[in-house]
Amino acid sequence: MNWKTFFALLARDAHVARRNILPVLVQNLIQPMMFVFVFGRIMTGSGLLPEAYKNMLLPGIMAITMVISGAQGVAMPLIAEFQFTKEIEDRLLSPIHISWIAIEKIVAGMLQALVAGFVVIPAGWLLLGRGLDLSGTRPLSLVAIFLLVALFSAASGLVLGCLIGQTQIGMMFTLVLGPMIFFGCAYYPWSTLARYPVLQKAVLVNPLVYASEGFRAAMVPAIPHMELSAVLAALVLFDAGLVWLGIVSFDRKAVG
Amino acid sequence: MAAQQGFPFGPMRGARAGGRGEKKETEVTALAGLTFEVKPGEILGLLGPNGAGKSTTVGILTTRIRPTGGRAWVGDYEVWRETVAVKHLFGVVPQRPNLDFARTAREILTFHGAYFGLPARESQRRAEELLERFQLAERADQMARVYSGGMMQRLSIARALMHDPAVLFLDEPTVGLDPQTRLVVWELIREYNRRGKTILLTTHNMDEADELCQRIAIIDHGRLIACDSPAALKASVPGGWLIRLRFSRSTPELTERLRGIEGVREVRPSGDGAVDVYADRGGALIPAVVGTASGAGAEIHDVHLSEPSLENLFLLHTGRGLRE
Repeated sequence: MNWKTFFALLARDAHVARRNILPVLVQNLIQPMMFVFVFGRIMTGSGLLPEAYKNMLLPGIMAITMVISGAQGVAMPLIAEFQFTKEIEDRLLSPIHISWIAIEKIVAGMLQALVAGFVVIPAGWLLLGRGLDLSGTRPLSLVAIFLLVALFSAASGLVLGCLIGQTQIGMMFTLVLGPMIFFGCAYYPWSTLARYPVLQKAVLVNPLVYASEGFRAAMVPAIPHMELSAVLAALVLFDAGLVWLGIVSFDRKAVG
Repeated sequence: MAAQQGFPFGPMRGARAGGRGEKKETEVTALAGLTFEVKPGEILGLLGPNGAGKSTTVGILTTRIRPTGGRAWVGDYEVWRETVAVKHLFGVVPQRPNLDFARTAREILTFHGAYFGLPARESQRRAEELLERFQLAERADQMARVYSGGMMQRLSIARALMHDPAVLFLDEPTVGLDPQTRLVVWELIREYNRRGKTILLTTHNMDEADELCQRIAIIDHGRLIACDSPAALKASVPGGWLIRLRFSRSTPELTERLRGIEGVREVRPSGDGAVDVYADRGGALIPAVVGTASGAGAEIHDVHLSEPSLENLFLLHTGRGLRE
């Protein structure tokens, strides 16, 4: 394994990300933060939603923000580089196995997702105001969920970036990311779907469900949530599957 | 690097590639049993019309297109068995610039150096030197996207040279460049070759192949037609000159009479009154051809004279011009 090349590739992605950090953060954070403000502050403040909703909402928002940041951070440049500018060629010709370039993309995406996740906590804190109670947070579980969700977001970005063409980007948002967010149990705990048994089972194919429930279990364990062990197992399985699919798709896309 | 200098890239034996089109069912055979060898330190040109399989050949040799059969070597490495090690040996200049448009010229070079494991200081030094030599130093800190076509091409070549590869692949290096820039690029290629480096370039431009290459491999439909020095290739055309004639009608008798003219080496009717005459002289034969034609009851409608060239060789083997 050629680590020098690997870190040079990572440095290149960090260099590009650093240059775009402000627009990227704004793009990824504005919508979730507006959601936090409207539902977590205005609606709870006006009595339409209970105060406790704040605690329920923040973990879900973290899950959404991380998934979107990592997935977009990997997928969007990849789509352009493969189809339009072809600028990835130079890296494909660097002395490293093609699969390691895919892995480098995943690591770069994970870092972006982690940065976004870390920004959400203070931003959410500020926007939600009083009433947020994260005193029950389990730090080790939180770190594990952070890493698994970051890996999930980057790996799904790699898969999307390899399978989706420039002309299908709009469809990606409408058909993949949209339903994933709304049925990802980010705005409500999974247990509230008990009244809709079919839907409650159907959403289990959506990995965002485990991300949201996982953050809930780690940050506000008092709120009803899935078993942490089940969440971790599901995330590990999704991560393994997506990493494998991402690497295979990248190899196929990269070599004609 | 000295030990690697002048590494040959070895023969491609019977390489085949199924070029994948938009849909799988449109799979085509891009190369069919193409075998050739590039000698260490030479410039070899792959000459052929568009779609002949030139870029596919470069793609296979540079790990970018997986062949469906056959074998390819660069230096001691079999390309598709040692894809990582072999990449150290070569640099690639693509047909269309694929520069990182969001970075400056200097960054493009230094990052390329880093991919190949050059220490930062060495990378900076080489980038500086190449920017100077390729006349890009003044605008080295501008984004590559504002560069003109010629500057982008020079930067592409500079990037390929950053890790000082023993072999340089150039895919149609001067397409779309103005004549002046073309001369600059030719000189950069020659200069690199003078340092003992091996160069494979593809082109559909006969002048470029003739001017730049020590040997030329002519390919068409993925097959090798001929491979030799430009002079030897031109000399292999019977007589050298080609007179393309179109008669009101062409008969076996006319063909036979044309063969009898002194200086004519070969006569090839190609249908519809067209006849290609290969001869050791050009214009001097026209009166004799006119006389022979009227003797055989045929009228000349068109005459085209072509002096000894690679185009004639391509015509001899394929019945088509390079640009047709």
